[in-house]
Amino acid sequence: MLAYIIRRILQALLVMAVMSGLVFVGLYVVGDPVAMMASAEATDLERDAIRASFGLDKPLWQQYAIFMSHALRLDFGKSFLTGQSAMGLILERMPATLELACVSLLLAIVVGVPLGIWAGLKPQALSTRGIMTGSILGFSLPNFWVGLMLIMVFAVYLGWLPAGGRGATRMIGPLDLSVLTLDGWSRLLLPACTIALAKAALIIRITRAATREALPMDYIKFARAKGLAWSRILRVHLLKNIMIPIVTVCGLELGQVVAFAVVTETIFAWPGMGKLLLDSIITLDRPVVVAYLILIVFFLVMLNLAVDILYTVLDPRVRLQGAKA
Amino acid sequence: MLGMLSVPRARWSMWALAGAAIVGFAGAASARDLVVALKTEPTSMDPQYHVLTPNVQLSQTLFDPLVCSDADLVSKPCLAQSWTASGKTWTFKLRPNVKFSDGSPFTSADVVFTFDRVGKVPNTPSSYKVYLQNVEKVEAVDPLTVRITTSEPYPLLPVNMVGLSIMSAKAASGPAPEGKTTTELNSGNGLVGTGPYKFVSWKRGTELVFERNPYYWGPAPAWDKVIYRPISNPAARVAALLAGDVDLIEDPPTDDLERLQKDPKLTVVAKASNRVIYVALDQHGEQTPGIQGTNGKNPLLDKRVREALSLAIDRNALVARTMGGVATPAAQLLPYPMFGTSKNLVTAAKADPERARALLKEAGYPNGFSIVLGTPNGRYINDVKVAQTIAAMWTRVGVKTTIDANAPAVFFKNRDSYMYSAYLAGWGTVTGEMSNTLLSLLVTPNKEKGQGTTNRARYSNPAMDKLVLDSGTMMDDAQRAAALAKASEIAMADFAMLPIHFEHSVWAMKKGIHFEGRADQQTMVQYATPSK
Repeated sequence: MLAYIIRRILQALLVMAVMSGLVFVGLYVVGDPVAMMASAEATDLERDAIRASFGLDKPLWQQYAIFMSHALRLDFGKSFLTGQSAMGLILERMPATLELACVSLLLAIVVGVPLGIWAGLKPQALSTRGIMTGSILGFSLPNFWVGLMLIMVFAVYLGWLPAGGRGATRMIGPLDLSVLTLDGWSRLLLPACTIALAKAALIIRITRAATREALPMDYIKFARAKGLAWSRILRVHLLKNIMIPIVTVCGLELGQVVAFAVVTETIFAWPGMGKLLLDSIITLDRPVVVAYLILIVFFLVMLNLAVDILYTVLDPRVRLQGAKA
Repeated sequence: MLGMLSVPRARWSMWALAGAAIVGFAGAASARDLVVALKTEPTSMDPQYHVLTPNVQLSQTLFDPLVCSDADLVSKPCLAQSWTASGKTWTFKLRPNVKFSDGSPFTSADVVFTFDRVGKVPNTPSSYKVYLQNVEKVEAVDPLTVRITTSEPYPLLPVNMVGLSIMSAKAASGPAPEGKTTTELNSGNGLVGTGPYKFVSWKRGTELVFERNPYYWGPAPAWDKVIYRPISNPAARVAALLAGDVDLIEDPPTDDLERLQKDPKLTVVAKASNRVIYVALDQHGEQTPGIQGTNGKNPLLDKRVREALSLAIDRNALVARTMGGVATPAAQLLPYPMFGTSKNLVTAAKADPERARALLKEAGYPNGFSIVLGTPNGRYINDVKVAQTIAAMWTRVGVKTTIDANAPAVFFKNRDSYMYSAYLAGWGTVTGEMSNTLLSLLVTPNKEKGQGTTNRARYSNPAMDKLVLDSGTMMDDAQRAAALAKASEIAMADFAMLPIHFEHSVWAMKKGIHFEGRADQQTMVQYATPSK
């Protein structure tokens, strides 16, 4: 198990190095950060001075080498645009994104799993057809449209909830969380629902498929033959066995939401990392983009690792072995 | 991932438009607070770190400059009560009895400190130095008099100091060479000014809070607190206003304007700005990258062709249709009557496709040619749509035009490496006078002297150059204005570049707020007051 984890971390480091190189080249090809930052009146000499002060006058490979030598000491440089530490800017915004991602995924699970099981148990029922049609809508409606519609109905028309922004926060250790205040929840609800809609749709379909696959299995038949109560069959025999695909999907989706909640964050003016990434790409603020992607790669690899470990808990037949992984 | 950047603004705004159809109001901030939605968050609170509009509009609320500009960019006394110039020496008499927001008095030492700090802030992406190049020495004569010596007679000094926020020498001193560092100022440490509001807190991405400065020297500020929220998405800004979350928004999308104007609970304020949208035409040589069907010649070198391209554009129709009416057709690069503009170039020439075709024929292109028009996507209001409209109008007279639209970062890189024969761009003349515009856009490029830095069309006319460069040392305002107006006329007669329109800046707000827009597109809360 330990060897397995170490191997995964080494893989992550390799991916990070490759990815940072790609981002360096990519942003270099896109454009000149100085053209985006300097005031329009700046003369060419002043532009050259700015370029030199950020080290952008050096050949690209040298810039990358300098970056790597600092990165090894966990120093990812300062944002060109704000002069603040790039990683600091990201970490400052991370709680907002994590909070949004976790709440929306929880919401999706709470709604999606029971509906999915129901749909799997009663494939012919009218309610099932309703659920399945709803789920098609759920993942085919574009995110930004759902978000704007929710704003229109609940913020503009009904006036029950605010249209955007993040509410009052409370510090829990290093994390600045808004789920602990009423104002925080009132602002979290709409963006969380926007993200949860598509995720719930996905979870419903996966759960339904897994349920239908598990139902004709011998162990379920045997449990019924034994005369066990339905509730117990569902809880112990069915749920446990359909958990593996659901956990996989949730793990991947959590990663997705954390890394790329950009659209939702933009529409709801949610001060998360995604919005920071988008702004930084537009202004070619390379240190922030690189630091962000490094952090996300690390996060995704760790998330996958956590999912793998969860498998062993859910299914005793699964063994993680360094040699075979 | 970059594909995402080019999602047209219009698509977002369509839905907000639909939302406006079912308006209802909810919630209200307390009577004396003002909540403002900004389209761009400032990058820093340090007034000298990054000189660009989102930062300057906020620092001008916390601080005052020596010389202010009014809503139409005419200079007026601010912390300096009066000033006189003789040759290279300027004397500024400071306003007495002014206090900083911490209660300490404002004196000439603060002015000296501020000028001194400009060059010392490290790693600034855009320094204030650009505007103070000719300043050699700043001295305090007595507590209320400052003497500034320039390297040559420098009539633009007062205008160029308009964005320079006077910081408190006492509060902003520190162990670093620049005193309080940018990071310290971002947290509010040392952020002490004489402006109408003072800093309370800043949570990046979430909100920025100012409150009334009790020591303000001017009329008492109207709001107890001003809360800025960055909402970059235009549709989300409109939704926040409709939902009552915010009181005032910047730059609502043009597609939504009609709806917002009809709404009885809202007010829309539009103000003609100093930003001109223009088309630049490559006049460097016979080699030009984006033109075909001319046997290797560059038709844009021929004035008749440039005139034809200008006559082909129906500016009035473009402004009415593509810009939703919130723009003014342009006849020169800065709107009359700003300083140094020509009074003979007030209304844009009428479109004349017949004459355009005749001119092309005369120039030897009876069948026209084909050209690529470069444009940024998302930098200026409706930029791609404007470029498409121009392309259609050019094609109509026989110049087959295709659009090359790119994200701003890519566009500016292409433009600066001369990859366009024709491109659409904009220029906001922050100082509100013509020498800034002509010196950057049309004077013959000269890297060492810092002239013609944005003259990517490489237009060059020695007669115009001389007028503009000579005006730089003319201390007599009337004489300088006349020289610049003449230069403007020469450039426009040459069709050096084609001015299209002046953007209007638009703000939308709840009824009950009186707001005066500014020609420099800045959102300054001191110009917002509750109407009786």
